[in-house]
Amino acid sequence: MSEANIYLPHLMRIAAITEEAPGVRTFRLEFVDAAAAEAFAFRTGQFGLYSAFGDGESTFCIASSPTRKGYIECTFREVGRVTAGLADKEVGDIVGFRGPYGNVFPIDQWQGKNLLFITGGIALPPLRSVIWNCLDLRDQFKDITIVYGARSVNDLVYKAELKEWEQRPDVNLVCTVDPGGETPEWTGKVGFVPLIVEQLAPSPDNTIALVCGPPILIKLTMPLLRKLGFGAESIFTTLENRMKCGVGKCGRCNTGKSYVCKDGPVYTLEQLGQLPAEY
Amino acid sequence: MADTYQLSSASLDALFTAIQGDGRRILAPTDRDGRTELNPVRNPGEVARDYIQTTMSAKAAVFPKVEQLLSYTLAKGQVDLVDPEPQAVPTVVFGIRPCEAGGFAALDAVFNWDTRDKFFNARLDQLAVIAVGCTRRDEACFCTSVGGGPGSVKGSDILLTPWSEGFLAEVLTDKGRALQALAPKGFIPAPAVDKAALLVDVPAAFDQPALTAKLPALFDAELWGNQALRCIGCGACAFVCPTCVCFDLQEEADGQSGRRLRSWDSCGHSLFTLHASGHNPRANQGARWRQRVYHKFSYYPDRYGMLGCVGCGKCTRACPVDMNLQEHLLEAARS
Repeated sequence: MSEANIYLPHLMRIAAITEEAPGVRTFRLEFVDAAAAEAFAFRTGQFGLYSAFGDGESTFCIASSPTRKGYIECTFREVGRVTAGLADKEVGDIVGFRGPYGNVFPIDQWQGKNLLFITGGIALPPLRSVIWNCLDLRDQFKDITIVYGARSVNDLVYKAELKEWEQRPDVNLVCTVDPGGETPEWTGKVGFVPLIVEQLAPSPDNTIALVCGPPILIKLTMPLLRKLGFGAESIFTTLENRMKCGVGKCGRCNTGKSYVCKDGPVYTLEQLGQLPAEY
Repeated sequence: MADTYQLSSASLDALFTAIQGDGRRILAPTDRDGRTELNPVRNPGEVARDYIQTTMSAKAAVFPKVEQLLSYTLAKGQVDLVDPEPQAVPTVVFGIRPCEAGGFAALDAVFNWDTRDKFFNARLDQLAVIAVGCTRRDEACFCTSVGGGPGSVKGSDILLTPWSEGFLAEVLTDKGRALQALAPKGFIPAPAVDKAALLVDVPAAFDQPALTAKLPALFDAELWGNQALRCIGCGACAFVCPTCVCFDLQEEADGQSGRRLRSWDSCGHSLFTLHASGHNPRANQGARWRQRVYHKFSYYPDRYGMLGCVGCGKCTRACPVDMNLQEHLLEAARS
């Protein structure tokens, strides 16, 4: 009896497709095999490898919350061969999924704390999983603040959910677009995310900060949070190193002693400080 | 404790015959087309006479250059996946050097440290190693600086040491004893022999534990960038390396069917870490060269309790721009 093939994906049927922004789509995926669906469980922060059969595999986070059962969602931008292959798919088509892989955001340790989410562009999807997970357990957390920015109004993803969060009294949503990215109807902020965070000057008291964005957002926001008094152990991010296997073998995401696919993708700023800046 | 025998040349002939009679192929160094490489052989007469090492390593016996991990056929709204059984041919690798025999453990560490890789394991399970100790060396060799030696038994099932009576044969493992049992008459209990006197002397060039201890502090040192100035990022060092395990996954498909393939890759390639966004965490060749050294001499010890280098020197011999791993490590050790 041979061992299991760790590279063999689950087959998933596309149940719904949402156009989020130019070139950005969300797939809702359901397991083809009922037993696989039954056996599947994940925690927020984990990721997977998604197959467009014929084109290959790409790594994305699981963008939905584990509190929402029966499906997973992924959000991707069409930039290369695999994402172009995925973008060609229609509702009812089959894609592959391997996972869940990697570590998790330790939200069960955050009960009674304020949560501050800071993110930009297509980096909202990994935090969207955490946001919905925490909103579905709303009474376990205190204030929830979300600072989200994109290049332009059109580039904001999850537009319907942003509207929902904006209207919820138990969420403080601050949306911003880069200068020049606003429309005449835009009522949110205009300015780069770190600048908006600086103006907001959130208190570090009893607060966990989750930062995910393009490298420039992370580079500018981390020192800012430190200056505001956030401890390095209270700031979390999730890395997006290039991966092939997802299971700690192919070597691609190796950064210092860490395999981002196994020891990450979730790291505190304190843990990042132990790694070479190769992410 | 190994059982030590003498094995005459005639007995080695008989052993080769018995191994093939048992349904196993023998891969051994041969001189063909001006290169010394592992190839299938029938008898010891086909084995290269005068070699220090093969150019390529023996890792292909357990980790092929390209292998299929799955295949599929496609129809509208339907994918039929095929999970292949690994094509593991019972194999005896003969005549590799002790350094290289020690390299399989470094591959095993990565392929099985967490989840288990059935493709690698099926081949490793079917593999036996008869290494031959070294009576010669060249300037690229540095096994004794990384815990090995010209007569090291690590990773071999049987280790042969050339001797006036043919070979001194140390039968080291159950797999080795199974090979011995195929042609038991040839294995004659050996008298006490000074094995070291039969082997070449390879003095240690640097203090590896001290180097490993000092690497974290050397991360931002200029020497890595300087050493890599001539590196062209070709990846030859990784492809000939018996322990380099990093791989790529690629798709080969035609619209109706396809397959997913694993192939060797190298951290020395600029595309290795390139993000879809264009951001590259290791943006220059110096950073990529440093990754190669650190992965083998810092991260491997930390993660797996062993080195990712056996000091075989294949990378040095293969490098088209004459980068010499031993010299570069020596420079780091002295800096």
